[in-house]
Amino acid sequence: MKELMLGNKAVARGLFEAGVCVASSYPGTPSTETTEEAAKFNEIYCEWAPNEKVAMETAFGASRAGRRSFCAMKHVGLNVAADPLFTISYTGVNAGMCILVADDPGMHSSQNEQDSRHYAIAAKIPMLEPSDSQEALDFTKRAYDLSEEFDTPVFVKMCTRVAHSQSIVETGDRTEHEMKPYVKDAAKYVMVPANAKKRHPIVEERTERLVQFAETTDLNRVEKGTDDSVGFITSSTSYQYIKEVYGDKASILKLGLINPLPVKLIKDFAASVRKVVVVEELDPIIETHCRALGINVSGKDVFPMTDEYSQSIIAENMELPKAPSCKPIEGLPGRPPAMCAGCPHRGLFYTLSKNKCRVMGDIGCYTLGATPPLSAIDTTECMGASISSLHGFNKARGEESEKNTVAVIGDSTFMHSGMTGLANIAYNQTNSTVIILDNSITGMTGHQQNPTTGLNLRGDPAGKIDLEALCRAMGINRVRVVDPYNLDATVKAVREELVASEPSVIISRRPCALLKYVKRQPAIRVNPDKCKSCRSCMKMGCPAISFKDGKAQIDATQCVGCKVCAQLCKFGAFETQEGDTVK
Amino acid sequence: MITSVMIVGVGGQGSLLASKVLGRAAMDKGYDVKVSEVHGMSQRGGSVVTYVRFGDKVYSPIIDRGGADYIISFELLEAARYTEFLKPGGQIVTSTQQIDPMPVIAGTAKYPEELIEKMTTSGAKVDALDALDIANEAGSSKAANIVLMGRFANYIKEISSDEWLNAVEACVPAKFAQLNRKAFEMGAQAR
Repeated sequence: MKELMLGNKAVARGLFEAGVCVASSYPGTPSTETTEEAAKFNEIYCEWAPNEKVAMETAFGASRAGRRSFCAMKHVGLNVAADPLFTISYTGVNAGMCILVADDPGMHSSQNEQDSRHYAIAAKIPMLEPSDSQEALDFTKRAYDLSEEFDTPVFVKMCTRVAHSQSIVETGDRTEHEMKPYVKDAAKYVMVPANAKKRHPIVEERTERLVQFAETTDLNRVEKGTDDSVGFITSSTSYQYIKEVYGDKASILKLGLINPLPVKLIKDFAASVRKVVVVEELDPIIETHCRALGINVSGKDVFPMTDEYSQSIIAENMELPKAPSCKPIEGLPGRPPAMCAGCPHRGLFYTLSKNKCRVMGDIGCYTLGATPPLSAIDTTECMGASISSLHGFNKARGEESEKNTVAVIGDSTFMHSGMTGLANIAYNQTNSTVIILDNSITGMTGHQQNPTTGLNLRGDPAGKIDLEALCRAMGINRVRVVDPYNLDATVKAVREELVASEPSVIISRRPCALLKYVKRQPAIRVNPDKCKSCRSCMKMGCPAISFKDGKAQIDATQCVGCKVCAQLCKFGAFETQEGDTVK
Repeated sequence: MITSVMIVGVGGQGSLLASKVLGRAAMDKGYDVKVSEVHGMSQRGGSVVTYVRFGDKVYSPIIDRGGADYIISFELLEAARYTEFLKPGGQIVTSTQQIDPMPVIAGTAKYPEELIEKMTTSGAKVDALDALDIANEAGSSKAANIVLMGRFANYIKEISSDEWLNAVEACVPAKFAQLNRKAFEMGAQAR
C-alpha cells in the first residue's frame, strides 16, 4: 500500500516489518516520533527510558536475550549513550540491534550541531543514512540483516529534513523471527581486558569485511549523468538537493552506507568524471576519506561547514544563477518561540528575574526563560548541567554565590541526568538551591511520559518516582513544594532557600497548561478604566497580554485563566468575565 | 512541473493539518509529494513554516528563496515575513488575523501596518480573508486552517472540489467531518 509518511514513521514501519520486538528510547527532537509510532504496533514493546544510556543498554539486553531491538536518540543523546556504544561494538549482538541517531543541522531544536558520523567511525559501527521516507523504511529493515550478518549493532542516521519530511512509501508485511537462543559466552560478552583484547581484532576484521560489502552493496549506487564534467559524491538530503538542481545531468555516487566507506567504488567513480565534488552537511567526512585515497575533490572549500543545505545552497556554491524572488519586506519584528500562555514556568522565572538571581539553566521548554522580557537564565549546555555546574559555581565563589544562584531543571531532565549532580551536592556539600520545574511531562519534545508521571509511553499506569522522597533519600533535608501560579509563595520559597545554611530543593509543581487533563479556567480580562498603563503585567511576557491604545488587553482565545498577571497589578484592573476583581 | 506551497503561521495554529490535507489531495491525484514540517522548539508560539511540494517527481522536501509558487498564511505578519520566498508574481492566500509576537508584546517593536500593500509592492499577488471569522461562522475557530485550504483550492484547478473534500475527510476525525466540509466550502466561496 502507498502512503504519504513521515520519515520517522517510516522508520517505525521498518521496525515493524523487520520483526523488532523491543524498543527503548529517550525523546529528543528530531528522533522522538520513531518510538512513538513504533508503539502503535502491538507487536513491539516500546518504552521511554530515563536517558539514552539506559535506553541503549536496555535495547542491547533485549538483543543479547535473542530479540531484535531498537533504541533512538537525538545527536546529543548519543553522547550520553557513548559509554555502552563503544563496548557493544566489541561484544556484537545476538539478535539484530539498530541504533537510530537523528542529527539536527541548522539546529532547529538543539544546542549544538555535532555530526554523529564521528561516532560510527570511532566506535567502528556501520551506519546507514536514508535520504527520504522510503529509504528510512528500507534501510531500517536492512540494518537488522546487516546487524545479524556482521554481528554488530548498526546505526541508522537521520537528519531533521529526513526525519520530519513526508514522502510516499510502499509498505510491506511483518516478518516474525524466532527468539534466538541465549548462550552464556563470557569470551563474547564479558569485556574484561583479557576478553576485550581478543574481541578488538574481530572488530577490525569485521570492518574490513564491511568495506568489501560497501564496494558492491546496492545501498551505495552510481547514477550515471548525461554530462561528465562534474560528478557528486553525497548522501542523505544533500542527494535530493543535487537532484533538484541537476536532474539527470550530473553523475552522482549516492552513499547509503556511510560507514565504513568504500574505496574502489569511489576511485572508479572519480575516474569516470572530470571533476569530483563532495556534498555533505556539517563535517568533511566523506571528503577526508577521498583525500586520503589521493583523490582530488572539492568539498568544504566550496560548501559551508555550518547549517543545513538546500537546493539554492547547491546552486549558489556551484556558481549557478540565483532564482529570482519577491523582494524581502524590511523591518518586520521577529517571532521567536515563547513560553505558552499559562505556562507554569513563567511565575517561577518572573520570581527569579525580579530577585536578580543567577540561574544555571538546563534543557527543556523552560530554556525559553532565557528569552526577553524575563531573560532569567544565565547558562544552558546539556541535560543535567544546571545542577552540577551550580555546585562548581558555588564551590568557586562561596557564600556570595550560594545566596543568589539557583539551578533550574525539569522533571524529565532531572530523571535523565540531574540526580547524579544532586548526589554531588549532597555528598560534597554546597549550600546550593536546586529548583525542579515539575510540569508532570516531558514538554519540549511534545508531551512524553517519564518516571515521575506515573504513566508509561502508551499512557497506561506505570511506576511513579516520588521526587520529594527521592531528594530526601539522597540526603537533602530541605525539600519543599510550591505552586508557581502563587507568586507570593514562590518568592518566599526562593528567598528562604537561598539563605538556608544547607542544600535545598524547591519543587515548583504545576502540570503543563497544554496537557489534555489540565482544565482551562475561564479567561480573565482587563478593566480599561482601572488599568493605569503601568505595564507591570507586561513584564512577564505572556503571549495572551498585549498593550493596545495605552491599556493592557487580554486575548481571550489564548488566556487559560492562570491569574498570575493579576497578582502583579496594584490597581485591581484584572477581572472575571462577570466583572469580579481578580487578585 | 512541480508546485511548491509554503504554509506559514504561528506555532499551534494548525499548519500540520493543512499540510496533511494538501499532501493527501496531491497524492490521491497521483502526484509525487514531499512535505517538510518543523517540530520541537520552534513550535512554541514561534514562527512556523511547512513546505509542501507536488508534481511528477519531487526531490527536495524544502523550499527556499524564490522557490514558492504559493504561500498559505494563518497570520498577516507571517505572510509578509515569507513573501521573499515567492517567485515573482507568486500568490499569497492569507488570513487577516494578527497575533502580536513577543517583541511587540514586550513593547520593543510595533506590529507593522499596511502589510498587504507591502506584499503587493514586493511583487506578490495577495488574496486576504478573515479565516478566523469564517471558521467561527462554520462552527469552530479551530477550522480556520480548513477555511484557508478551501480558499487555496480555488487556485489548484487540477484537483476538483470533490477530491479536495475527500482529502479533508480523510484527514480529520469523522465527528468533525461535517464542520470541516462546511469550513472548506465557506473558505472557497468567501468574498
